[in-house]
Amino acid sequence: MSAPGRLKGERRSARHGASPMTARLSRRAFLKSGGALVIGFALAERGWAQRLPGGDAALGKTLDTGSVDGFISVNADSSVTIFCGKVDLGQGLRIAIPQMAAEELGVRLAQVAMIEGDTALTPDQGPTAGSSGIMRGGVQIRQAAATAREALILRAAERLGRPAADLDAVDGEVRPRAGGAGVSFGALVGDKRFDLKVDPKAPLRKPDGYTIVGQPIPRPDIPGKVTGRHQFVHDFTVDRMLHGRAIRPPAVGAKLLAVDEASVKAIAGVRVVRVNDFLGVVAETEWDAVCAVRQLKATWSPAAALMGSDGVRAWMRAGPFESDEHLVRKGDARAVLAASAKRVRAEYYWPVQSHASMGPSCAVADVRDGKATIWTASQATHKFRETYARVLGLPKDAVRCVYLDGSGCYGMNGHDDAGADAALLSRAVGRPVRVQWSREDEHGWDPKGPPQLLAMEGSTTDDGKIAAWRTEMWLPKATASLPNVPLLGPEAAGIAQPQGIVTGLISQNGNPPYAVADQEVLVHWIATVPLRSSNIRAPGKVANCFAVESFTDELAAAARRDPVEFRLQGLSDPRAIEVVKRTAALLGWKPRPSPGPGGLGRGIAFIHYKNNESYVAVAMEAEVDKRSGAIGVRRVACAHDCGLIINPDALRLQIEGNILQTLSRTLYEETTFDRARVTSRDWASYPILAFPDAPEILVDLVSRPQEPPLGAGEAAATPVPAALANAVFDAAGIRLRTVPFTRERAKAAFG
Amino acid sequence: MPSFVLNVNGGARTVSVRDADEPLLYVLRNSLGLTGAKFGCGLGQCGTCTVLVDGEAVRSCLLPVAKVGERKVVTIEGLGTPDRPHPLQAAFIREQAAQCGYCATGMVMSGAALLARKPNATLQEAKDALAGNLCRCGTHQRILNAMMRAAGRATS
Repeated sequence: MSAPGRLKGERRSARHGASPMTARLSRRAFLKSGGALVIGFALAERGWAQRLPGGDAALGKTLDTGSVDGFISVNADSSVTIFCGKVDLGQGLRIAIPQMAAEELGVRLAQVAMIEGDTALTPDQGPTAGSSGIMRGGVQIRQAAATAREALILRAAERLGRPAADLDAVDGEVRPRAGGAGVSFGALVGDKRFDLKVDPKAPLRKPDGYTIVGQPIPRPDIPGKVTGRHQFVHDFTVDRMLHGRAIRPPAVGAKLLAVDEASVKAIAGVRVVRVNDFLGVVAETEWDAVCAVRQLKATWSPAAALMGSDGVRAWMRAGPFESDEHLVRKGDARAVLAASAKRVRAEYYWPVQSHASMGPSCAVADVRDGKATIWTASQATHKFRETYARVLGLPKDAVRCVYLDGSGCYGMNGHDDAGADAALLSRAVGRPVRVQWSREDEHGWDPKGPPQLLAMEGSTTDDGKIAAWRTEMWLPKATASLPNVPLLGPEAAGIAQPQGIVTGLISQNGNPPYAVADQEVLVHWIATVPLRSSNIRAPGKVANCFAVESFTDELAAAARRDPVEFRLQGLSDPRAIEVVKRTAALLGWKPRPSPGPGGLGRGIAFIHYKNNESYVAVAMEAEVDKRSGAIGVRRVACAHDCGLIINPDALRLQIEGNILQTLSRTLYEETTFDRARVTSRDWASYPILAFPDAPEILVDLVSRPQEPPLGAGEAAATPVPAALANAVFDAAGIRLRTVPFTRERAKAAFG
Repeated sequence: MPSFVLNVNGGARTVSVRDADEPLLYVLRNSLGLTGAKFGCGLGQCGTCTVLVDGEAVRSCLLPVAKVGERKVVTIEGLGTPDRPHPLQAAFIREQAAQCGYCATGMVMSGAALLARKPNATLQEAKDALAGNLCRCGTHQRILNAMMRAAGRATS
């Protein structure tokens, strides 16, 4: 158990098996260096209980992404601190990025500690989203490390009186390659700044010499996570902290007409906070806050602003549209299709879905004396620092956001809203406030994955190739340059926020990844969303690949071709071909057209993620019970090529997670709502995949150490729905085109 | 203020609460500082709050503190430590069976309850025992591998 306000060292600085030497840095050393890491660790040791001076000009550490000092500090004992703007959301950056930095610098992994997502300490590397953690964030830090290594070698060359070319950095020391005495990093630079710009041309180490990158090194956070010692934001406390809750209206858009504060008088110490339509309670204990929410009598205006989930599909098609946009126009697909005798058409629908995090969102805020600190599980602390500053009417420099682990979010769930709730409540009561949402809050109010509708049209040639292809998509359009999803608390409180929609990049991968001379991809952009939306894992690409790769299968079936052969004949990129072939081999694919003879069906799907990132194919075996509509997935196989692999075991885990989570989204998940509010507000009305239905997963990693590392946090999610739909078609001869594939829906389709 | 003496992780702990209906979960986390058990739903649907009560996996979010009585409560903190993990915790570490890890402590507690009853539990028994524990990250295969490892059925 940790004292209130104390932050466990493992949380702030994930250290890999070494004694925490970095933390022993003296105040004197700090003053000498003017460097930041000492402050970082001093704070980590003291805990964050005290109020940190807003702006933290005294920290003195640069946050410049163009500066080596922004990312890396070398300490007197030759240990290294990495300041990382990207955060570990459970995906393993906490091991992967130190691996990249340690390899490039030439230190042991045990010498590296990392601080994540603290706006006072870490550079703004953009949100941890879009599978960018390693491919952008890690690569940026790797380049800083390469620059630092070159500088260390040059200094050592001078010190040792030897040519730099004869030296290398190994285990925190610069040594002659030929052997002999070296000089430690600590002696070369310890506790001082590099004062060096990141050199984009600093040479990187050759992958064939890697000893740390590419190794399946265990993640540092797992022992704490499985023994209950790991600190989540949910577990974080500060001195004099109160427990708060925001109370959402019974209907979206309802106005608060009256509050009967006397209704909670029986609970001593409860305070009701009202700012226009923002209603909250604050109490001494968490349970008192929960009870106060239940007992508080409030009167809200009726509201029926929503369309209801049953109406979404028709609404999407109806228009009017904000605009139409051609994403692809090659040849004349319409003319070829019009002339074709073998024209196939199909429409696919993906519903509104929740991030459905296991832990309802939580944040702690301390807003006092014109300053604010917000401890948050945000994927974008730097961005929300500006947002919170705007909401609180404070200068940006007066706000600090500190990342702490949350429950897995897979996009923006309620965590940034919880931060705003906590900030508004803390400001109102002048003490630190912790806000934890309820289950109903999370399922009901997290920003949702937007719906998608796609209509496909295609034809095949007599020799079984795709002749022409049209994709028509109906998609909500993300508002250009909107800083973030408008937050619930400020909205209710009447605090002006930039308005608009966030969806993520949802129109990618609507094109066939195969050679098709005549093709067209057209988007009808819709100006609004049925429910407040945000990015959800692999935004848009899950539904787009579902449609594209289901439809590819429909064309293969129409041409009576084996689905794997049909795909291979349209591919020319060797990396694409390899993942398709290896996936088929892993599953034990037997070539024949679909549907099969009945019994166990198999299906495959492929994606070249965003058309320029990872290559992934997924195949699976499924059986269907036509009477009940039950779909059982037996085995799933995936070959995955994301270029250079940093940590193969952490990568496998990401792939497994992508597959299982997306199976869940495909089989079970739809956020339902009536005219007033979300009606799927718990795990019974919004079920997810459970253990009895978890299939066996086989993963084959394609290792390409000479290629750049690409993202792996999302790509493997995208082929899953089509692979399942294709397996169901192979098993039952029935094509499911509407997600989720619930028993009721499948039973109706199976007739 | 009602006061209760609880047997938690082998020791007697006295807690005072305003409301005798306060669920054990809140008492463990906020009064006793045992934050390993997590709030997930408050509805008994997800299993993140699982602790052992007289050896049985129990949803602490639904158990009023007044109803605990003299029964022995074991939380994840009482099962093992990072340095001296319970065999199932060691198996979770070996299999790297956590992503965000929010559900992990509840998983371990439900799994430990099964293994205490059936040390050589089968895969099907593990799936059944964990059927009420939800994982959103999709760590199911790793968790089942950890269960089989702790049950002496590891294949590698």
